[in-house]
Amino acid sequence: MGVDNPLGDNIITTSLDKLVNWSRKSSIWPMTFGLACCAIEMMVTGASHHDLDRFGIIFRASPRQSDCIIIAGTVTKKMLPVIQTVYEQMPEPKWVIAMGACACSGGIFDTYSVVQGIDEALPVDVYIPGCPPRPEALLYGIMKLQDKIMNEKNSFGSAIGFGDRIEPAAA
Amino acid sequence: MPENNRAVIKLKEKFAASIVEVAEFRGDVTVTVKKEDLLAVLSFLKQSLQYNLLTDVTAVDYLGKKADRFMMVYQLCSIPNKDRLRIKAAVSEGDCRVQSTTQVWATANWLEREVYDLFGISFDNHPDLRRILMTPEWEGHPLRKDYPLQGPDREPYKGRLS
Repeated sequence: MGVDNPLGDNIITTSLDKLVNWSRKSSIWPMTFGLACCAIEMMVTGASHHDLDRFGIIFRASPRQSDCIIIAGTVTKKMLPVIQTVYEQMPEPKWVIAMGACACSGGIFDTYSVVQGIDEALPVDVYIPGCPPRPEALLYGIMKLQDKIMNEKNSFGSAIGFGDRIEPAAA
Repeated sequence: MPENNRAVIKLKEKFAASIVEVAEFRGDVTVTVKKEDLLAVLSFLKQSLQYNLLTDVTAVDYLGKKADRFMMVYQLCSIPNKDRLRIKAAVSEGDCRVQSTTQVWATANWLEREVYDLFGISFDNHPDLRRILMTPEWEGHPLRKDYPLQGPDREPYKGRLS
């Protein structure tokens, strides 16, 4: 006995969370946005050798089409309002990656003009250390973000009005 | 020798009373003049001696080192004659203003705005004296020696504790 299988192997069953999270993590579209030398490394990661496209990661030139913003470089106090505006223009769900020492903590620029870490202004999901991080480090950080997305519980359901989002226990 | 420089010879003829010091270091000639005659000297260098390119305008803060706190520095270049000249003038903290040279070189506009922004030296007859690097509502002038490095709103770094 067991479940009848009239359609052969053409159907799989899953949970809504798994389907939604899988589609979200497989098409992270980051904002085309760079600030300093980390942005050069980010462009290298997007180019043919490391090839972000194989993750479904395609840089978008508009915040309206982006899911993710990679803060790649030093954030000055003069630039911060621009970054906040871009972040606010992105539709939910959205994630933030702080790439490099400057975006994580201000880095070597412990001065009056530099924001001491983008987490003073935006909710950061993944911190990538390095000055600048190698493309492998950025890829690892993006894969960490994918793991984080896969562990989201009921984020889609809560967005369409079914129950609340379940926050995972701190790892 | 700086005495043989063509600009120094002409300046000594015409502005003998306003020259404070003439110095040469590794081929770079520096003429220090009085602040009151700065605009006249610079106009003369542009008009008569073909210093047609103003490379840079900047300032130095000699806080606690000299009687006049600031020193204006003008880097000139003559493209037809292929030579360079540096003009300096001391500015006191009490009378922290200089004549603008925007009428002589148009490029002085932004360069003087930078000096105003970072050192707080104001320029008379400047057409558009606003901050250029810092945000418009910024308080203080960050390149002054008494400006705290990490900003006025933070506890200064006191070295590693461990």
